[in-house]
Amino acid sequence: MILDWLPPTLIGVLLALAAIGAVRRINLWRAGQAEKVDFLAGLLAMPKRYLHDLHHVVERDKYMSRTHVATGGGFVLAMVLVLFIHLFGVKSEILAWALLGALVMMFCGALFVAKRRLNPPSRLSKGPWMRLPKSLLTFSITFFVLTLPAAGILPEGTGGWVLTLVLSVLILMSLSEMLFGMTWGGPMKHAFAGALHLAFHRRSERFGGGRSTGLKPVDFGDGVSVKEVHGVAKPTDFKWNQLLGFDACVQCGRCEAVCPAFAAGQPLNPKKLIQDMVVGFAGGTDEKYAGSPYPGVEVGNAKGAPNQIITNGLVNPDTLWSCTTCRACVEECPMMIEHVDAIVDMRRFLTLEKGETPNKGAQVLENIIATDNPNGYSPASRTHWAADQNLNVMKDVKQADVLFWVSDGAFDMRSQRILRSFVKLLKAANVDVAILGDEELDSGDVARRLGDDAAFQSLAKRNLATLSKYNFKTIVTTDPHAFHCLKNEYGDFGSDALKGVEVLHHTTFLNRLIKEDRFNLKPLQGSKVTYHDPCYLGRYNGEYEAPRELLASLGIEVAEMERSRYRSRCCGGGGGAPITDIPGERRIADMRMEDVTSTGANMVAVGCQQCTAMLEGVVEPRPVVKDIAEILAGQLIEEAH
Amino acid sequence: MLPNVKVVSLVSVGRHPQSGRARRAEQDGRAVELGLKLASNELKVVHAGNAQEPVLRQYAGMGLSSLTVLEQESNCDALSVLTTFLHENKFDVVLTGVRAEGGESSGMLPYLLAEQLGWPLVPRVADIISIQGGEAEVLLALPRGQRRAVKVKLPFIASVDNAAQEARQSAFGPGLRAQLKVLDVASVVDEAASHWQISAAKPRPKRIKVVKAKTAADRMKAATAKPVGGGGKVMKDETAAEKAQAIFDLLLEEKVVR
Repeated sequence: MILDWLPPTLIGVLLALAAIGAVRRINLWRAGQAEKVDFLAGLLAMPKRYLHDLHHVVERDKYMSRTHVATGGGFVLAMVLVLFIHLFGVKSEILAWALLGALVMMFCGALFVAKRRLNPPSRLSKGPWMRLPKSLLTFSITFFVLTLPAAGILPEGTGGWVLTLVLSVLILMSLSEMLFGMTWGGPMKHAFAGALHLAFHRRSERFGGGRSTGLKPVDFGDGVSVKEVHGVAKPTDFKWNQLLGFDACVQCGRCEAVCPAFAAGQPLNPKKLIQDMVVGFAGGTDEKYAGSPYPGVEVGNAKGAPNQIITNGLVNPDTLWSCTTCRACVEECPMMIEHVDAIVDMRRFLTLEKGETPNKGAQVLENIIATDNPNGYSPASRTHWAADQNLNVMKDVKQADVLFWVSDGAFDMRSQRILRSFVKLLKAANVDVAILGDEELDSGDVARRLGDDAAFQSLAKRNLATLSKYNFKTIVTTDPHAFHCLKNEYGDFGSDALKGVEVLHHTTFLNRLIKEDRFNLKPLQGSKVTYHDPCYLGRYNGEYEAPRELLASLGIEVAEMERSRYRSRCCGGGGGAPITDIPGERRIADMRMEDVTSTGANMVAVGCQQCTAMLEGVVEPRPVVKDIAEILAGQLIEEAH
Repeated sequence: MLPNVKVVSLVSVGRHPQSGRARRAEQDGRAVELGLKLASNELKVVHAGNAQEPVLRQYAGMGLSSLTVLEQESNCDALSVLTTFLHENKFDVVLTGVRAEGGESSGMLPYLLAEQLGWPLVPRVADIISIQGGEAEVLLALPRGQRRAVKVKLPFIASVDNAAQEARQSAFGPGLRAQLKVLDVASVVDEAASHWQISAAKPRPKRIKVVKAKTAADRMKAATAKPVGGGGKVMKDETAAEKAQAIFDLLLEEKVVR
């Protein structure tokens, strides 16, 4: 046959082009900053990470997970067999039959991909993604026909040179998408970059059911020489594996669907942000982006280059400041991309290098630096709330079973009600508890999320120095933000003040006390109660059960909101968002309160003073907002003495 | 931006009213802000005191490439070194705060500097609008948001009021990278101050105001009005001679002129 050489040649050429593209792409990632990665262990762990961790997230959408297994699995298997049979010319009917099987599987999957693309939800990107099902179908049909002779179903040479020519054209079309597009920026890029992203992920602790939510500290150097830049100014200031992570995005838009800022009409869309990062390190404009824009911002005007400052023309700072750091996008991302890390990295540049923290940000940071609390209150008034509480102070007692970390709620009259309720419960349970009093400082949560890691690290180190002076086994706090800092972020500063110390949220601690029968509660009647999962307790620390068990102990059957547990919608109070206050069309807290109201509940239980403040800020009439400690304290049966 | 005008802002170490911690002084920060508006990169910022003071980095973080320190001990008087420095360097505009947040906090420094240099002093400036032909158009801050526009010949000293543009956010990185130019100066120990005993000031008890106002408008006025001295009169239509005579009479009366 005259044209027999054509199909293998095409496969070979496209494979070579794909290899060239891969090298180019890898070089784009390598422009990022160095980061230590265990390459071999990562590559070895990659299949398991894909099959277990990634698939676990994809499976939240059963339709898509099955579709992807069929399509992706079929394709990978088919591609390997295609190489053996059609490129290397291995003559084996068994392999050919296996290839036919893989192609049938892929074809079935691709049909479902095509079906979803008939009327795609708004969160999906269109553009080149709309042509992907066609390419998948073409690939499976073409190679099916091409393999029939090898499987012995059709005699060699069927169809003559005409069929070979037709198949060659189809091979060119489909393999261009599947191989060439994989490394040259087509939709299939997600397979190439995604696989490597899983292997070289910056937070490998997340795989295998682990959790890694603490922000990485800024390296301020040795104190002698000052680094050229703090935070991320240009795409190349990201770690190389962060850049790789951006490239792994499949533009499925699950992040967009859960983002509270996007829903509120603030100029943030996590998916677009990640695509803009790709535009940044690859260079170019966002013209080809075919998904939902940042609300209120036109697509097509953003320009980026690897060494161009991101906030000069690629991403508007308002986009970065809209984020509440609620981690809903990260939780939902099937590719396990770290949006929040990237956003805070860029905020660090804006705050530490440009001094451009919007709205009240500058004032809050200045207050934190000068008074160790965000509102500039006298540090000597930190313990005023406890004037009538008869609490031990660590300075006097030096040791206690439990250290109660009060947090900045000490200065706020609404939060003080939560603190008092918690103390009442502690006393009823006869817990040996002490507070740090005026020695306690702000945990640094807000400073860190606003990008001022210098202030955060200063607070963390001074808090750790104070903590190291005293003996205690447990720290309990009513503030999930302080809880997160103490538990997940203070470990980076080389202090063993918290070694062997258990850091607990008050709901976890109270739940233990109840299980130990340390106090008696009367059931709560006549209220329909729902529970709002605070981001920093739930998604950041995985505590979903204790608050619910506490409510159950009062005989309350929680009327769950549609978005609860890991899908809980943020109250709008995290990440310094109320301070930077980027305008949108709605308020996040209002939307959350609508979620509450739609359950028919007349009370919403909360485990966070910030959530309490945000939800209580919603205009009445609305359900009552109460911290779980307050609800429990109200039902406490006090023994008469 | 006015390229031909040399501006210097004098800065001190402030003190946070709640925590007592050293900070960028409120008014001095505004003096730097105003200086940056007038001279941008050409602005000189000078501190007399300890070059190791971390607060200086907070000023530098406003975008200064360098900061000049006239190094001296804390028991020395800033007046003499600043006078010498301003004498040796030809400046057109000197900006200071109205008063320091620590130390004597007498608010005398700009006056004494003006006296020693023989320059006019413009107190409590809200803004400097323009500098043209050796003359500056300055807005003075008066109580209750009032402003007075005055013209003053260069060179002059201005103390910057709280009504001036707030100091911009201080950025950590540029603050650390700014260069500190430490100058050796012949400082003079403040003998008088060394004998003083310093104790915390207590707020003076306030006289309770009895408001007899009948209408809401009156009450509003009474609540917001700054106490105004009963004497004095506004002369607008009189001749220049009459105005001069009135001033002269007042100076006699106050025994400023004998």
